[in-house]
Amino acid sequence: MNNKNQSSNSIRTVVATGIGAAVIFVLMKFVAIPTGIPNTQFNVAEGFLALLAALYGPVAGGLAVFIGHSLNDFVTYGSPWWTWVITDGLVGVALGLIKNRLNVTGGAVKTMKLVWFNLYQIVVNFVAWVLIAPTGDVLVYHEPAAKVYLQGVTSWIVNSVSVAIIGTILIVLYSRTRAQHGSLKKEK
Amino acid sequence: MNSQLLIGYTARDTFLNRLSGSTKLIGFVALSIIGMVTYDTRFLLGVLLISLILFHFSKIKYHEVAFVLQVIVAFAILNLVMVYVFAPSYGITIYGTHHMILGSPDHYFNLSWEQLFYEFNLLLKYIFAVPLALIFLMTTNPSEFAASLNKIGVSYRISYSVAIALRYIPDVQNDYRTISLAQQARGYEISRKAKLMTRAKGAVQIIMPLILSSLDRIEIISQAMELRRFGHNKKRTWYMAQPFKRNDYLALIIIVLIVLVGIALFKVNGGRFWNPFK
Repeated sequence: MNNKNQSSNSIRTVVATGIGAAVIFVLMKFVAIPTGIPNTQFNVAEGFLALLAALYGPVAGGLAVFIGHSLNDFVTYGSPWWTWVITDGLVGVALGLIKNRLNVTGGAVKTMKLVWFNLYQIVVNFVAWVLIAPTGDVLVYHEPAAKVYLQGVTSWIVNSVSVAIIGTILIVLYSRTRAQHGSLKKEK
Repeated sequence: MNSQLLIGYTARDTFLNRLSGSTKLIGFVALSIIGMVTYDTRFLLGVLLISLILFHFSKIKYHEVAFVLQVIVAFAILNLVMVYVFAPSYGITIYGTHHMILGSPDHYFNLSWEQLFYEFNLLLKYIFAVPLALIFLMTTNPSEFAASLNKIGVSYRISYSVAIALRYIPDVQNDYRTISLAQQARGYEISRKAKLMTRAKGAVQIIMPLILSSLDRIEIISQAMELRRFGHNKKRTWYMAQPFKRNDYLALIIIVLIVLVGIALFKVNGGRFWNPFK
């Protein structure tokens, strides 16, 4: 029984990765609002990523955004900007790590958990966009530090806002549609 | 909006189409990584030239990719301007000499040949892989692409995820369009005429149904795949997989040679930069 559950979970991870990547691609392409700084956008996709990762875990979250982001770079800029694509993948993994803690499928998520989730995502986005991505650009692409750190800080802010608003709304709405864990009692 | 999506595979009768997907994938990844690291102008120009020649042979028409190319060039220029604004004397720092055109190195805004040369290299780095990427996208069948990923060592589950993504992008796009039209018919304004907040609310009204229907889709597809025993064995075969032919080996040898030249240039230049100012 346990074994069977595991295999169906891994299939779900494969499918969630694929469909998630497709949705992230479409959202990045159509529902992105430019911030005025080149190559940084307010991406609705990051909010969706938060829900996807919270539902299907770190592997699906990380791979889905990695695939979706690189496909989007492919058709928008001609070739993927690898440092940012990889960083985005790491964000997906980090957001997926709190799957069990957040427990979206177990009924409405409490306010305290949402506050904790938001603090966590702001830290994750900070590490990713202010520390990892620009440093990668300086090391790998040899771009001027001032420019890439400005892009990094902008991305940190817009991505955190996207997860905080859209991600939180999605998680709340989705978890409300799930039956509360332990809400059914056996009649005596 | 439509014109952005015209990039896609069509069957053309060229030798590039007949190469196996794995060869093209290895070639693209290898060249884009070496081009990402190197700052040798001669090498970048060489690769750009080769990829333009290949692009010519691929029989892709300019008007098919014109829109995408314009966007890419616009972004490249924006980036170059931004690099100049934030670091106008970065070239001088890198190359260690200063041949001034305007101003002096003591001022913040100055113009030197070193800076122009550095930004020219950046421009090459932004665009040299574009013809290769377009060739890769437009001559590789998406189903074969997944098979190629598996062939070069990516686990078949991940390859299958990529296949699902490529297969469902058009569907998700259609869903997006249908939902968007339906919500606009109900009075949600999402065009540029509306205020930002109204637009944001309109966007939320579209992505909600889109995301919920996608989550349903995940359930349906994974159940269908489970019924067909996906993931039962350690390996799987691919209907679209192509065996390597003579031309594939030839192409791979050429790619290896180009990469070796790139690596050799690191030694010759004593670093990643080729410095003509010495």
